[in-house]
Amino acid sequence: MRYLESVMGIPMSIDIRDPGDHGDAARDAFAVLAAADARFSTYLTTSEVSAVNRGEVTADRYSDELREVIEIGTQAADQSGGAFRIRMADGRLDLDGVVKGWAAARAVETLERAGVHNFCLNAGGDVAVVGSPEPPAPWNVGVRSPGDPAQMLAVLAVADAAVATSGAYERGQHIVDGRTGETARGLTSATVVAGDLTTADVLATAVFARGLDGPDWARAHGARGVLALTDDGTLVIVGDLTFACPPKLPL
Amino acid sequence: MRRNRWRGTILFTVILVVMGTTIGLKLYGLGETVAPQAGAAASPSALPSAGSTATAPATPSATSAAPSTTKVVAGVVEQTPYGPVQVEVTFDGTKLVGVRELQSPSDDRRSVSINRQASPILAKEVLASQSAKVDTVSGATYTSEGYKQSVQSAIDQL
Repeated sequence: MRYLESVMGIPMSIDIRDPGDHGDAARDAFAVLAAADARFSTYLTTSEVSAVNRGEVTADRYSDELREVIEIGTQAADQSGGAFRIRMADGRLDLDGVVKGWAAARAVETLERAGVHNFCLNAGGDVAVVGSPEPPAPWNVGVRSPGDPAQMLAVLAVADAAVATSGAYERGQHIVDGRTGETARGLTSATVVAGDLTTADVLATAVFARGLDGPDWARAHGARGVLALTDDGTLVIVGDLTFACPPKLPL
Repeated sequence: MRRNRWRGTILFTVILVVMGTTIGLKLYGLGETVAPQAGAAASPSALPSAGSTATAPATPSATSAAPSTTKVVAGVVEQTPYGPVQVEVTFDGTKLVGVRELQSPSDDRRSVSINRQASPILAKEVLASQSAKVDTVSGATYTSEGYKQSVQSAIDQL
C-alpha cells in the first residue's frame, strides 16, 4: 500500500509491503515530517528557525531538535572542510541540507516502532528502505538522470539502507561550495548510499558541494557507496554499490 | 559485523570476476584488439573522459613487469530489453585502466562513461541496471508545485 502526502512543499511517499492496514503508522510518519517542517522551515514565519533568524530566540533557548540538527550540520561542515554549510553568508541559519534527511530518518524510526518491517520511504527523492518489497528481493532504487527524470543513470539494489541524491537539475536549487561561496562545480549528480538517511542526505549535499573529490571524501566519512556523474559525463563509482538486475539479461 | 562480511564478499566477488573476465578475454579473444586510438601514446589516456577522475587516487595494483602497452578491446554487444549494450575496455599492459560505453540502451545522448577504477563487469552491471524494474527513485523528481504529486507517484510505480 502506498501513501502519498506533500510535506515541506515536496512530495513524499511511504510504500508499505507488510500485509494488513498500516495507515495509522504512515500517518504518524507523515506527522513527524510535517512537524520538522513546522520547526525548521525558513519559509514559515512561525517556525523556530525563522524566530532564531529574526534574533528572537537565543541559543540557550533552542529546542533539543534544533540543537541536534545544528550539531549534525556543524559536524558535516567541519568534516567537509567548509564545503557543506548550515549558515548563509549573513549568518542566518539554513538547515535545509540537514532537515529533510534527518526528518525522514525519524519518520523511518516511527514506522519501525509501529512494527512495520517492509517499507520504502521517499521524501522528495531521499529514499530509505527497510526489509524487502517481496522477500528475498532487495528494493530497486533508481537514480534519476539529471537530464531527464524518467531516465535512470543506474538502478541500485538496496537492502536496509538509505539513498540520497543531490543534483544540478532541480530548478532553483543551487548548492554552494561553502569554501568559495560560489555555485558548486564538477558534478552534475551525486548519490550516496549510507546506513541512515541523515548521513546519506548530508553526505550527498557535501559531495556535490566538494565536486570531483567529493566521492572519495564521502567514502572516508560514512558513505557505503557513491555514484556520481561529472560535468563531462563520466560516471564515478566509489565503494560498495550493488546494481539491480534487469529482466532476462545474461550476466 | 554483518555489513563487513558483506563487503568482503562483494570485494572478493568483484576481484574474482575481474580476473575471470581478463583471463577469459585473453583466452577466447573475445573482441579483437582494436588499433590503439590515434594519439594514445601522446595523451595521458586513451579515454577522453578519464582525466576527469584524475583527482581520485589511482587504484593500487600489482606492479607487473609486463611492457606498458595500451590496448583497447571492444566487448560483445549484449541485447537488453531496451536495446544493445556494448562497452570498450582499455588495458595498459595487463592493467585495466578504462571502460567506455560504445552503445547503450539509454536515450540520453549524454555519453556516460565509467570511471577507470571500475571493472568492465561493473560497467556492464551499471548499464544493464538501467533497464531493471524500479521500486522508487532517488533524486528530486519535480519541477513545479502543480504536478509533482502525480509525477512522484508515477515514478514510484515505474
